[in-house]
Amino acid sequence: MSLRNFKIYRGDDERGELVSYQCEVTEGMVVLDVIHRIQADQANDLACRWNCKAGKCGSCSIEINGKPRLGCMTRMNEFEEDKTIVITPLKSFPVIKDIVTDVSWNYKQNEEITPFSPSEKSKKKDFVMMQKDVERVQEFRKCIECYLCQNMCHVIRDNEGKKDFSGPRFMARLASLEMHPMDEADRIEDVKEKHGSGMCNITRCCTEVCPEEIQITDDAIIPLKERVVDRFYDPVMMLFRKIFDKKERQKTKSKVSSFLKMFF
Amino acid sequence: MLDISGIRRLQFDVLVIGAGGAGLSAAIAASQEEGVRVGLVCKSLLGKAHTVMAEGGMAAALGNVDDRDDWKIHFRDTMRGGKMLNNWKMAEIHAKNAPARVRELEHWGAVFDRTKDGLINQRNFGGHRYPRLAHVGDRTGLEMIRTLQDHGIHQGIDIQMECTALDILKDKDGKVSGIVCMYRETGEFIVFETKTLIFATGGAGKSWEVTSNSWEYTGDGYGMAYEAGAELIDMEFNQFHPTGMVWPPSVKGILVTEGVRGEGGILKNSEGKRFMFDYIPEKFANETADTEEEAARWLQGDKSARRPPELLTRDVVARAINTEVKAGRGSVHGGAYLDIATQRSAEDIKRKLPSMYHQFKVLAELDITKEPMEVGPTCHYFMGGIKVDAETSMTNVDGLFACGEAAGGMHGANRLGGNSLSDLLVFGNLSGVEAAKYARKLKSIPKSDDEDIKRIIKSATSILNREKGNNPYLIHEDLQKNMQYNVGIIRTKNEITDGIERIEKMKDEFKEVKAAGTSQFNPGWHEALALRNLLISSEAVAKSALLREESRGAHTREDFPEEKKDWLEYNIINKKGKNGKMDTIKEKRGNPDTELKRIANSSIEELEKEVKLDHEKLMTKI
Repeated sequence: MSLRNFKIYRGDDERGELVSYQCEVTEGMVVLDVIHRIQADQANDLACRWNCKAGKCGSCSIEINGKPRLGCMTRMNEFEEDKTIVITPLKSFPVIKDIVTDVSWNYKQNEEITPFSPSEKSKKKDFVMMQKDVERVQEFRKCIECYLCQNMCHVIRDNEGKKDFSGPRFMARLASLEMHPMDEADRIEDVKEKHGSGMCNITRCCTEVCPEEIQITDDAIIPLKERVVDRFYDPVMMLFRKIFDKKERQKTKSKVSSFLKMFF
Repeated sequence: MLDISGIRRLQFDVLVIGAGGAGLSAAIAASQEEGVRVGLVCKSLLGKAHTVMAEGGMAAALGNVDDRDDWKIHFRDTMRGGKMLNNWKMAEIHAKNAPARVRELEHWGAVFDRTKDGLINQRNFGGHRYPRLAHVGDRTGLEMIRTLQDHGIHQGIDIQMECTALDILKDKDGKVSGIVCMYRETGEFIVFETKTLIFATGGAGKSWEVTSNSWEYTGDGYGMAYEAGAELIDMEFNQFHPTGMVWPPSVKGILVTEGVRGEGGILKNSEGKRFMFDYIPEKFANETADTEEEAARWLQGDKSARRPPELLTRDVVARAINTEVKAGRGSVHGGAYLDIATQRSAEDIKRKLPSMYHQFKVLAELDITKEPMEVGPTCHYFMGGIKVDAETSMTNVDGLFACGEAAGGMHGANRLGGNSLSDLLVFGNLSGVEAAKYARKLKSIPKSDDEDIKRIIKSATSILNREKGNNPYLIHEDLQKNMQYNVGIIRTKNEITDGIERIEKMKDEFKEVKAAGTSQFNPGWHEALALRNLLISSEAVAKSALLREESRGAHTREDFPEEKKDWLEYNIINKKGKNGKMDTIKEKRGNPDTELKRIANSSIEELEKEVKLDHEKLMTKI
């Protein structure tokens, strides 16, 4: 057990400061435990969000020494004992109070996404999907919506970018829908126009902070970018679209793509 | 005098309180009725409710893995797991409707693990005769809540996030007319005027010290419903999940999924003995393996082998671990060893139990593919809750409905793992449909009394306005210790009586509770507001536990160690008496439908034969 030093942001979006606290740290404690201890003993009104305390709900997202982390999954023993730990709110979103931020922008992005759309006919029977065909989708569905990736994405961190780009979390959601074997909707135009896939320049910052270790950049964003390129920038594909109707196109798309890759 | 003319008011036909699996299901179902205005209020952000923590799966007799399964067998398992105290009708509705609800979830975008044939895969779980739990690795709850959330946001539901419900409003005839709430972010009060309320508020697991529940589980629904005159049933039945983490202290109580045992995990004591073979109840002896060799064959998929004893119902396993620890055969930190490392390959473990692997790696610095976990009982679930009508989910208060963990009756004295997620879907849906029906019959929203609104707001703000007073966190800690030691897994008359006396004292301390700071996002104030509901829930638990002088399911009385036949005839009800005090009464149970009784009491061999015939008849019809 040892007495450790902390600085926690107290205040709102306009005014605030780092306030110093000391807290007894015992074996196995995580940063969220420290916040709770301080809350119970020294600062009853210290605002923080949390729920499951086991890395499953994504509520306690904060910045610890400047790095976006889940408070409940960051163990105290990874920090040197004599160093002060600085706890601040997520930088990309407005502060409500202390280390709680307003993440409602993310909920709005989700509402803009065309939801899962299986055909009426397919719903009459049990879905038949092979495990290997759903594994990619399941990877994206591990997302706990902690928004650490959204916070880290430099496009969103620079506030202006919020109007052009839905962010890595929702690229992963779009990928999970586009790759769902039973889904019939076409979101590729939206991926480009509404959700701004072109804004991402593949710096992989989002993937690095994902607590679920989802390969957001490689498995979600890049394949979506490829689909956009196929649709909008590929002259042979454009010709095909003129010739075949949509349904036919879907069948031939993969064949054509692999055929094209032999030449380009 | 308090002026409430500036307070915002919103109108609904159906307003759901709570946005976990049950609340979301209810709101979605109600929103399908044309012209019904539906609202959904949640204490946290949307998609963060405790349902995300559910790991193992949802039980439904789909028959994808073992086609001998049928609603009748699921029903029988549920009744036997609940020690026959379940509400018969609810258990029937649940078993019959679960498969359709699981399929519906798949149609809304849930991506379950698949069988070899590409159907929804199902896994084994405690108390279930066949592999029955539709699942996604060990994060089924997350899949469920995200699916409902992503579907629900497109159904025209008005969602109010981070909003705490304070108390129910009724008109002069006693009909529900609204609810007073408070936005946590700003501290602003709001009045929702509504024809119906659906409480999907979960349980009160935060009453105990060692618990798998998050801060939200403070019995808000129990407290508010009780104050409004609703009845609470079966409150003495609190499920202690046998496997919670025990080390390190900061994560004590966090859930370790039953899926670990479902995938073959075994329990050992400090002497290395696989002790569950010594704890097989007579009732389950016919259906449980009695040698390690037979248990191993079962794990290999041998249909003639019986289930390993680690998969007995949760009450049995929790008590066994407790007994081993008390006898001095516990693990280093006072639990039992749960070993999957010697039973499955590292690759299998990581694929089937990824979040358990991750959880132990990060929080306990332990690799479960190499070492055994240390586990012990943790408070997990309320079988009891608000008493509802089985077929409509309505309470005795007109216009007040309840579903999910907030409602009581369905699970009797002990819930089977996997029956909770399916309960959320089945009764969430049912209550949504029924509330919408009820609302359509009312011409207008019943009228609330402004004096009631003032009273509710005043009692909330007085906590902030008091000059000085008691620290809400400390009262809560005292309550948790009290429940842990006096009304825990093993109970006796003296301890429970002591527990009730202490709760009385805490109720007095609560009258002088003080939260420092302002009304904006103030956790101290939120804690104080939740205390009233925690105290009501705890009092109901303790008083019911004292009255039920037998041991049944999750309720274990050391001074009355046997199940008693005559107690099977009674439920215990708590309600607010005329003098304002809690009345705890024995209520005679109704007679079950003879057909249901026959099914529940059939031997498994008889019932399997019958189901086989049923299925053959069905095939010839098709």
